[in-house]
Amino acid sequence: MRTTRTARTAAALVAVIALAVGCSGSGGKDSEDKPDASGGGGGQGVNTPRLKIAMVTHSGEGDTFWDIVQSGAKQAAAKDNVQFLYSNDKEAKGQAELVQAAIDKKVDGIVVTLAKPQAMQAVLGKAKEAGIPVVSINSGSEFSAKFGALSHIGQEESVAGEAVGTELADQGKKKVLCVIHEQGNVSLEQRCDGVRKTFKGTVENLNVDGTNAPGSQSSIEAKLQADKSIDGIVALGAPIAALAVKAKDDAGSKAEIATFDLNAEVVRRLKAKEVAFAVDQQPYLQGYLAVDELWLYKTNANVLGGGKPVFTGPALVTEKDVPQLEKYTARGTR
Amino acid sequence: MTTTVPEKHPGSGPPGPQPDERLVRSSPWKKLLGRPELGSVVGAIAVFLFFSIIADSFLQASSLATVLYASSTLGIMAVPVALLMIGGEFDLSAGVLVTSSALVSSMFSYQMTANTWVGVGVSLLVTLAIGVFNGVMLTRTKLPSFIITLGTFLMLTGMNLGFTKLISGTVSTKSIADMEGFSSAKDVFASTFTIGGVDFKITIIWWLALVLVATWILLRTRVGNWIFAVGGDVDAARAVGVPVNKTKIGLYMGVAFGAWISGQHLLFSYDVVQSGEGVGNELIYIVAAVIGGCLITGGYGSAVGAAIGALIFGMTSKGIVFAEWNSDWFKFFLGAMLLLATLLNAWVRKRAEASK
Repeated sequence: MRTTRTARTAAALVAVIALAVGCSGSGGKDSEDKPDASGGGGGQGVNTPRLKIAMVTHSGEGDTFWDIVQSGAKQAAAKDNVQFLYSNDKEAKGQAELVQAAIDKKVDGIVVTLAKPQAMQAVLGKAKEAGIPVVSINSGSEFSAKFGALSHIGQEESVAGEAVGTELADQGKKKVLCVIHEQGNVSLEQRCDGVRKTFKGTVENLNVDGTNAPGSQSSIEAKLQADKSIDGIVALGAPIAALAVKAKDDAGSKAEIATFDLNAEVVRRLKAKEVAFAVDQQPYLQGYLAVDELWLYKTNANVLGGGKPVFTGPALVTEKDVPQLEKYTARGTR
Repeated sequence: MTTTVPEKHPGSGPPGPQPDERLVRSSPWKKLLGRPELGSVVGAIAVFLFFSIIADSFLQASSLATVLYASSTLGIMAVPVALLMIGGEFDLSAGVLVTSSALVSSMFSYQMTANTWVGVGVSLLVTLAIGVFNGVMLTRTKLPSFIITLGTFLMLTGMNLGFTKLISGTVSTKSIADMEGFSSAKDVFASTFTIGGVDFKITIIWWLALVLVATWILLRTRVGNWIFAVGGDVDAARAVGVPVNKTKIGLYMGVAFGAWISGQHLLFSYDVVQSGEGVGNELIYIVAAVIGGCLITGGYGSAVGAAIGALIFGMTSKGIVFAEWNSDWFKFFLGAMLLLATLLNAWVRKRAEASK
């Protein structure tokens, strides 16, 4: 009796809150543009036999970047009559096990990331034995051919870092902070090293805990308060850029912010001139081309890039590109 | 070291006119020494002095505001978690529950195009319901809270990501910054206030308020006695009529309430929420409570202590940045400093107990 009464009270409370406070006149889902065939039309796909392609990445849970890679892959899968399977594990061992699982499932092709190359070498050898073609994406192009992958589609982290370093040097910055949001991640270190290589002033690294937003923000803030000469911040992921903007404002610093990777939030901040520029490595292309390449190989024995790595970045995006990009970032394809 | 203290011989004294020990008035000094937070206060002072000397910029008013902000976001959770630990239980789901709470609030407002306060209210109910779920599962099944809340932790981690992708299409929520009620909710959960030209975050007020309420509950109310009793000896507590189950469910709801405040802070300071956040923070809450003098086995501890534990953690993690030590070694320094602070804490407490 008691419990039913409590439940009823709770339900009534929800209803009262919802009714009393009512709706928002601005923002929200109602203000969204209705989807105009988001990401390509319907129409007829190909009539090649149905293929099964697995993608195994080193992504942690909940990273916007890999969402975009996936949506590219899904688009290609829809066009190419492919069943697309996605799995991820941020531990090297776990990722290798997932690749093994894909081999056991006898898929027709595997797309894999090589952020932790040593862990992948053995299992990619097994894929080769099983006769399953492999395409590597994202970072690690130097290992791709060595491990027997057909081709590599991605961005060199160090090259992207160098592009950022050059741009910051051109803007006349003296001291730059490179914020690493996942300690010990090779590709993040490479980005910072790339910046260091072409930037003329000093580059300092700062490790923060990427899964704790207030903690990361206050660490950046502390660093800016400790060293007032910092005039540039490089965020290595789109969510960190938002934290850097807050930290900069709270610390009263004049530092300008550059970021790796795009999302809707970063585009908004580019527009508001809170972020100076972003380096886009076109994750959509990485997913799309990888699946398409495997389809091309299976149906026509084509190899994209002729065995050489195909680069999808770095492309520098500034406030000027915003009008064109806004639409695409909002639907999660850029 | 302990031999310097004159030894007492309990029970072996003369059977003469000794008053009943329960009626002896202890001096305020001795009372102070007996408090569970004493050791952590000494630890906090030591850490503060250390960084004041080592790091030039640590003593700036604005730097202290940064440290207090970091401590407060941690402390808001450490205080209810400490209460739960005094009651003899753990909550491993506390870290991701913060993210869940923020996600519910954000997505409800956005998808229903409702005033953000509606989302905030719905989020409170949902978060408390998860707390009740933890508590009811625990009291019904009698399984260790470690297992129950590990299950909730994993389920919530999955649900955070799964629901967010299902509803928003990506792993982060859409911005609600342009919706009605946002600015007033931001005032409550994520604003700043200025004292003497220095900006402080509102979370510091929430933190202090929670410490006051929790301390009042623990030391001045019947519920407080129940919490200590439940954590000390469940069977004895039940035998003297303490509503054990209700107390435990209530404690989990307390943690959920803290998670709700932290979650709303997360949402209204960044206006989008990343669904993968919060994993691993649950341990830091527990650590803060333990540094502050809570026993892992329950029955002993204080809310003030947990708050000071959070302060020690905040000072250390930001102090290392202020000191500009090599950031590759950050985690090492953090661990070493915490260990030292806790050792000092334990040593002081032992001395205090010996001199009673």
